[in-house]
Amino acid sequence: MVEHIGASTEATATLTATQERIPTVVVDDAHIIYRVHQGAAGGTTPVAALRRLVKRTHAPNVREVHAVKGVSFTAYRGEAIGLIGSNGSGKSTILRAIAGLLPVNRGAIHTQGQPSLLGVNAALLNDLSGERNVVLGCLAMGMHPDEVAKQAAGIIDFSGINERGDFASLPMRTYSSGMAARLRFSIAAAKKHDVLLIDEALATGDKGFRKRSEQRVRELREGAGTVFLVSHQLSSVRDTCERTIWLESGVIRMDGPTDEVIRGYEAYANSK
Amino acid sequence: MATTALVDPDTGLTQAQLAARHGLRVAGERPSLVEYSRRLWAYRHFIAAYANAKLVASYSNAKLGQLWQVLTPLTNAAVYYLIFGVVLAQNEIPNFIAYLTTGLFIFNFTQSAVLAGTQSISSNLGLIRALHFPRASLPLSTTITQFQQLLASMVVLIGIVLVTGEPLTLKWLLLVPALLLQAVFNAGVVLLVARLGSKSSDLKQVMPFVMRTWMYGSGVLYSVSLFERLPGWATTLVQYNPLLVYIELARYSLLEQAPLLNESLTQLWLVAAGWALVAGIGGFIYFWRGEQEYGRG
Repeated sequence: MVEHIGASTEATATLTATQERIPTVVVDDAHIIYRVHQGAAGGTTPVAALRRLVKRTHAPNVREVHAVKGVSFTAYRGEAIGLIGSNGSGKSTILRAIAGLLPVNRGAIHTQGQPSLLGVNAALLNDLSGERNVVLGCLAMGMHPDEVAKQAAGIIDFSGINERGDFASLPMRTYSSGMAARLRFSIAAAKKHDVLLIDEALATGDKGFRKRSEQRVRELREGAGTVFLVSHQLSSVRDTCERTIWLESGVIRMDGPTDEVIRGYEAYANSK
Repeated sequence: MATTALVDPDTGLTQAQLAARHGLRVAGERPSLVEYSRRLWAYRHFIAAYANAKLVASYSNAKLGQLWQVLTPLTNAAVYYLIFGVVLAQNEIPNFIAYLTTGLFIFNFTQSAVLAGTQSISSNLGLIRALHFPRASLPLSTTITQFQQLLASMVVLIGIVLVTGEPLTLKWLLLVPALLLQAVFNAGVVLLVARLGSKSSDLKQVMPFVMRTWMYGSGVLYSVSLFERLPGWATTLVQYNPLLVYIELARYSLLEQAPLLNESLTQLWLVAAGWALVAGIGGFIYFWRGEQEYGRG
């Protein structure tokens, strides 16, 4: 049962009517199946491993998960799209596929430029200081060293990691999870992205930082980018996105203006 | 379309046609080899910064810190000298200490690069999954980190060679091209094992044994004249062993009377350059072909 409310055409009605809308992400009937390792669930003895080698079968603790089942949508320049749904509904999977990190088994995903995925586990180098991580992260996004030198101080200020003493010169492994997440977001947000995919990365910061980051997401959109936001905090989706896609067990339940979709989602979640 | 005054030219297109019309690319598509090399070149600052960062981080928990860059090769040389120089008392080679340390340090350059390279993709999955950059940056920066370590151990080596009474000659300059060729060879091998290691973590367990076998086949610890007692085909095989070739070049340029397996110097240089070319280009192409797979799964 797929319910398209208003579909994508009306969601960006805020754009001026004479301007042609330019798609940045086109997802065409995408199916994603990935293999997960179930951990040490039997068959891990040396004898079993040897038998698998001889018989050329896959490890028994690998199971296939059909996470996304035929999803289609189009995202346009200047849009911020929220992705909501219960745990395991395929939100993060589809983001990783848009970033080009997971292959689609059927269908296709087309993107403008190279989307950047900002996940909550996006580790940089834990043995190095925050400052060095800023420099490395910026270089890894393809910035020029001169530009990095100009931006580095601003990035550290934005992350607010120096609010309680000089943390920027300490190794990242000494950071709390919230601080590390804030620094990572600040690094990723320092560059203009055609498509920025944010996976729960805003959830860890405190209130002040959340405000700053939501403001930053708005700026990124105004710079003609497209932002995807996966979040379980409906308030932050409501604040940043005007269009929302609701995924449930790998299919789109609703795609349309945030208010309507969230109302539908809340009704569904409450009735469960 | 009530809000749009003009007719949207995108109406009625399928998703695929829409994507084609606006020139979108398939997500995670592999760039062409030329385009890939161009992107890699644009990331040279990242490669250098990452190599430096790794070098700093590698000793960040040790009290003696960067001193270990010099201490590790020295201790290594001392241990092997104790066994092969004193206990087994090799005396057919003049200036055995210098002969041994030259071989050891040159071999160690490739060995540590290969061992680190095996994990250069698998130990950086967080970075790979978070940011998009040409993945070859990682194995290449591993090679550069090892090259920086090599420079530190070359200072030690030159000290040892001078102290043991070798004269300083113009021939020493030949060390520079020899090391550069070896660095290119290493880069190729590191790219190769990086892709293999990203697929199978078993490789990490196997590599130390491969490297040890390679070490015994490269005449590091004993006189290369031992190889002459092998059957003819085996001697030829050893003669074309790239590591033996790079070691011989280093010994030739630093030491006055070191025994060499390869008598023709021209052949030595040709083989050294050939291996650098084959490994460098082959490794790069092989790594590029797997570009879209790194960090998946």
